[in-house]
Amino acid sequence: MSEKELGQKWDHCLADSAIKFGTGLGLGIVFSVVFFKRRTWPIVFGTGLGLGMAYSNCQNDLRSHYVLHIIYVPQQLICCNVC
Amino acid sequence: MLRVCWKGAHAAARQCVCGKVKAHPLQHCRKYSTAGDSGSSAGKIVAASLLSVGGGLGGAILYAKWDPKFRANVEKSVPYSDQLFEMALGPPPPPLVLLQKKPGKIEPLQIFSLSEASKESKQPKDKAKKSDPAPVEAPAAVEEAPAPTAQTLEEASVEAAHIISAIGEVPSVPAPGTSDESPPGHTAAGEECKDHHEPELKERPAEEVTARLAQQDKAEQDALAALTAGLEESLGSTAKTTLQAIGAQEAALTAIAAHTNKLKEAMDSETPPDEKSSQWKALNEALSDRTRAMEEAEEALLKAKGELENLRGVINSAKQSKINTARPQILAAEENLHSMIVDLDKVVTKVQTAQTEAKIVSQYSELVNEAKAQFQQELANITPETQANWKGLSGKLSADDLTSLIAHAHRRIDQLNRELAEQRVREQIHIEVALEQQKLEDQKALERAVVSTLEHSREDMRLEQEKKAQEVREVMEAEMRTQLRRQAAAHTDHLRDVLKVQEQELREEAQEILNSKMMEQETHYRRLTQEQLDTFTLDMNAAYARLKGIEEAIDSHVIAEEEARKAHQLWLSVEALNYTLRSAGADFPTEPLEGAVGVIKENCAENEFAQALATAIPEESLSRGIYSEASLRARFYDIRRLARRVALIDETRNSLYQYFLSYLQSVLLFEREQVAPPAKLAPEDLDTFKLLAYANYSIERGDLELAAKFVNQLRGESQRVAQDWLKEARLTLETKQVISLLSAYANAVGLGTTQAP
Repeated sequence: MSEKELGQKWDHCLADSAIKFGTGLGLGIVFSVVFFKRRTWPIVFGTGLGLGMAYSNCQNDLRSHYVLHIIYVPQQLICCNVC
Repeated sequence: MLRVCWKGAHAAARQCVCGKVKAHPLQHCRKYSTAGDSGSSAGKIVAASLLSVGGGLGGAILYAKWDPKFRANVEKSVPYSDQLFEMALGPPPPPLVLLQKKPGKIEPLQIFSLSEASKESKQPKDKAKKSDPAPVEAPAAVEEAPAPTAQTLEEASVEAAHIISAIGEVPSVPAPGTSDESPPGHTAAGEECKDHHEPELKERPAEEVTARLAQQDKAEQDALAALTAGLEESLGSTAKTTLQAIGAQEAALTAIAAHTNKLKEAMDSETPPDEKSSQWKALNEALSDRTRAMEEAEEALLKAKGELENLRGVINSAKQSKINTARPQILAAEENLHSMIVDLDKVVTKVQTAQTEAKIVSQYSELVNEAKAQFQQELANITPETQANWKGLSGKLSADDLTSLIAHAHRRIDQLNRELAEQRVREQIHIEVALEQQKLEDQKALERAVVSTLEHSREDMRLEQEKKAQEVREVMEAEMRTQLRRQAAAHTDHLRDVLKVQEQELREEAQEILNSKMMEQETHYRRLTQEQLDTFTLDMNAAYARLKGIEEAIDSHVIAEEEARKAHQLWLSVEALNYTLRSAGADFPTEPLEGAVGVIKENCAENEFAQALATAIPEESLSRGIYSEASLRARFYDIRRLARRVALIDETRNSLYQYFLSYLQSVLLFEREQVAPPAKLAPEDLDTFKLLAYANYSIERGDLELAAKFVNQLRGESQRVAQDWLKEARLTLETKQVISLLSAYANAVGLGTTQAP
């Protein structure tokens, strides 16, 4: 169902953004704790990084239909449309 | 399974509804919020409406009180208004009833009309007869008619006749006469009877005429009898008197004759003197007889003349009474009268002649007496001493006396001779005078005689004429009677002839008519038989043709039945296919249509059209089945929501921000959910929201095709979102189209009206 696609994309997007956010947050915390003497900016940075990545992923995901994908097909691989 | 599908559909529908409800809460809230804060205005409105309603009710009640018709109308039209009115105004007034005329007054009207009718019918009928008594009798009739005692049966019948005649007559009622002349009750009744008789006379003439004639005859006879009696009486009396008069006259005549004879005898001096005195006595007696007889005769004559005049008068009155049958009697009476008059006149003339003779004789006797006296005187003078009676002294006379006497005698003779001579001389004159006198007398007598004879002859002639006239009249009457009889005979003959001729003519006419009618009947009969034959042959031909037709029809029917069987099969298989369509659930498709389509293909192997159609069904529907329209509808709402949300997203704008914006737009944009699509799409109609609204409208109205068309016009992400739905919709539409075609075809073939080319 094509209408479910969008919802799926959004679900994916949200899940991805949650993961990335969490991951960013975690890595940020880790980095903040480990490398940057518990400063907040790595957390924020990491969170932002995660959100940003999520946003970008989301966007790419949503946009993927309109963007021409150059598919480098090696001779053995077959690429599908939906990612 | 169907129920599950329905439940799914319901759930989808409820979702849609809830979605709808969710979409509009803002609007409703807004409405309520705007109405909620002005409570006083509502109170004002309520008060105003209450006032108006109360005013209307009160006005209606007041007007109903004034106008009962309005009240009746309202009671009729509004159900419980009669109770309301009864409560407010009391019971309704009773309906108006027209006053009926009392039947008791009809009778006097009838009576008056009767009297009017009788008056009206009497007055034209009593034309010239009794104009004066008629108005007297009409009030008498008015007085009489209401009295229940009908006097005679005839009167009652006449009244009945008048009632019958009064029905058609217009009763114009002038005032009936007042009861003024009630005294002539019986006479009026009698006259009324007669009046009733007289109209009856007009109605029944014959009997009354004969009665009247009888009456007239009787009256005539009575009059005649009276007349004749009178005539005879008078005749008798006059005859008697006349006879008496005649007798008296004749007696007078004889007396006169006797007297004259006696006088003559007395004149003759030859008789001896002794008898002279007796003669003179007899003469005196005769004279007295004569006078007496003359007087008697005169009396009788007068009486007779009187009686004759009476008789004449009676005869004249009898003549004036104009009774024809009395004529001969009158004539006879007149004749008698005439004869009596004649006799009387004759006798009278005889008497008169006798009288004249007697006069002459008396004159002669007087003369003689005179002469004698004179002579005696002379003699006395001459011989004074001689006595008168000297005749007896003839012996005593002396000679002197004798000579003196002779001388006297001679002297006397001389004197007498001279006188004689003188007399002779005067004789002529005297004779002439006497003759003339006589002539005169004769003439007078002649004239008298002539006059009397003329009168007699005139009377005679008149009598004869009358007699002749009477005879002629009788003859004429007899002739007239014979002529009338002849005429009557001729009339009857003529009538007989005419009747014969008429009979002939009528007979001929009738014969002709009979012949023509017979001819007509014959021709009619012939025509009918011919028609019958014709119709029979026509029927036979028609029946034969129909038989032929029936045979053909049966043959073709067999073919048609075969076709019909095939069509039935096709139709049944198409129905099976249709049925499979219904197996769609809310969210899951129908069964694959393969089976049903295969059946169709099997059943209609020789039907190319069906085959073509069956192969035209898309593969997907065969293998997977199609979604029902309801599920598609339900799905559409999701599509719609989604499409609205990604309305801004297309190739150029597809960043996440755009997504956000698009979402915001969908939230903030207020539009009508369903908009009727125009007939032609303008470029500005290709806006996503508008398209979705049109599609929503269409799909709400069940037009999936139009909705699919609109959805097809979506571009960008909306299009992508709606892609699958569109595909499904297309599939469904295609399959449905083919199936509907098939079913239509099956129906058409089933009706037997179309054949596949």
